[in-house]
Amino acid sequence: MTADTSSATAKFAPQSTPETEPFWSGCAAGELRLQRCQQCRWFYFPPRPICPKCWSSDVEWNVVSGRATLHSYVINYRPAPGFADDAPYAIAVVQLDEGPRMLSNIVDVENVPEKLILDMPLEVTFEQRGDMSIPQFRPAGAS
Amino acid sequence: MGLRGVAAIIGAAETTRLGKIPDMSVLGLHLEAARNAVADCGIDPHQIDGVATTGSVNITPVSPVVTSHYLGLTPRWIDSTSVGGGSFMMLVRHAAAALATGLCEVALITHGESGRSGVGVPELGADHTSPWAQFERPYGPVGAPSLFPLGVLRFMKETGLTHEQLAAVPVAQRKWAAMNPRALARDPITIDDVLNSRMVSYPMHLLECCLVADGGGAVVMTTAERARDMDLAHPPVYVLGTGESAETPMISQMQDMTSSKAFRVSSAAAFAEAGITQGDVDHLMIYDAFAHNPIYGLEDLGFVNRGEAGDFIASGNTSPGGRLPMNTNGGGLSYAHTGMYGMFAIQESVRQLRGTAPAQVDGVRISVAHGVAAYFAAAGTLVLGNDIP
Repeated sequence: MTADTSSATAKFAPQSTPETEPFWSGCAAGELRLQRCQQCRWFYFPPRPICPKCWSSDVEWNVVSGRATLHSYVINYRPAPGFADDAPYAIAVVQLDEGPRMLSNIVDVENVPEKLILDMPLEVTFEQRGDMSIPQFRPAGAS
Repeated sequence: MGLRGVAAIIGAAETTRLGKIPDMSVLGLHLEAARNAVADCGIDPHQIDGVATTGSVNITPVSPVVTSHYLGLTPRWIDSTSVGGGSFMMLVRHAAAALATGLCEVALITHGESGRSGVGVPELGADHTSPWAQFERPYGPVGAPSLFPLGVLRFMKETGLTHEQLAAVPVAQRKWAAMNPRALARDPITIDDVLNSRMVSYPMHLLECCLVADGGGAVVMTTAERARDMDLAHPPVYVLGTGESAETPMISQMQDMTSSKAFRVSSAAAFAEAGITQGDVDHLMIYDAFAHNPIYGLEDLGFVNRGEAGDFIASGNTSPGGRLPMNTNGGGLSYAHTGMYGMFAIQESVRQLRGTAPAQVDGVRISVAHGVAAYFAAAGTLVLGNDIP
């Protein structure tokens, strides 16, 4: 075995594309940023240069509240690389206050059904992973 | 103008073996399935001038270019739609359209997958930039069990579906599998067996997840008109209605985590084209990678109202003797699941319409085969019949 932690034991780190770079640089700055269409006022995610509702390209980046609720989840028993110490761990869909949903883990709380109640309030936090900062959600007021 | 009754499946067969086939590659499974399906209808293979399978470039892992070359065929029409396991319903639809418009005269659609043994499967390259890689993969998903059931807890909260009702899905399908010697899991199970099986991805237990197998299947199609003049080993199975749709490459971005838009759009199109309603359906296949798929399917295809599917299955309506026989080969949960199961659902619909299924249902005239693709990313639906009503 080599000592290379980038593949076998490190958690997966994504890479941005030109269209998503402002999202990821926002995460690096500790901000959750979403695009909002300036024509129809629709917040959407994931990032793209065209509003999926009205096709306007007049879209702007906004720093959003980071408030969300727990929409649904699974508790996954077979860990991905780097997740062995977390297993079993929740893979969740969070409902952002501004409208869009995102995938997330649920951190700073035991990942058991009794502690993960649908619609419970959550807030964003950021996890450093290599060069990338990954948005994660935790119970609101947990810190 | 629709596709109702213009095309027919004249040959249909699976690989000779199913389950663990470590001595055959993915490509080998495709070729055997093709040969078996051609033998099933008795045509000269060189009549085939349309070739389709999933797989979009020559190496991932088998495209229609590969199957054409290895089978010595020169296609005038090819299709490599590859959006998940329900792609085979779409390929049948596309083949029907190609046959209807004269793009080809005899079409071959093949499936082969070394899902269990992994023989002849190229390694996937590292993907760090696709939408999925950026916005879902960082959260530690490992295969289908970690993402496909993502909406089940929401479904339970909104509709009242219980864990016991979810567990009743594999119990019902195992009853069909028990009558099918080719099914890979045939021992009867109870709801307690399901709920006591190992947790794979809460709320899904092992027995609520599909089997993993090697195998394949193929169908041969031509126009209904040409089929009538051919000397065939089995009567044709007609394509009466077809539909397809797509929603999102990321399950977290479904508009509604408790209902598949692709299911609704695809099935509505197929039923409308066939000119049928749910009450006309004698036999139903709903691609079941996981126990919740038939529950979503029964509701989204309109067989039951919102929130009724769990009780409908638990009460025996889809079991042997029930009024809507469903997944009568045992399904992905008990028959076999190679990874892209759609071809096997179509095969069972054809067998039921021919009257040759191991667990044959009496009087099947209309069968629906509905395929889910890449979780709830996309869907394809076929209404098949042994007559053109």
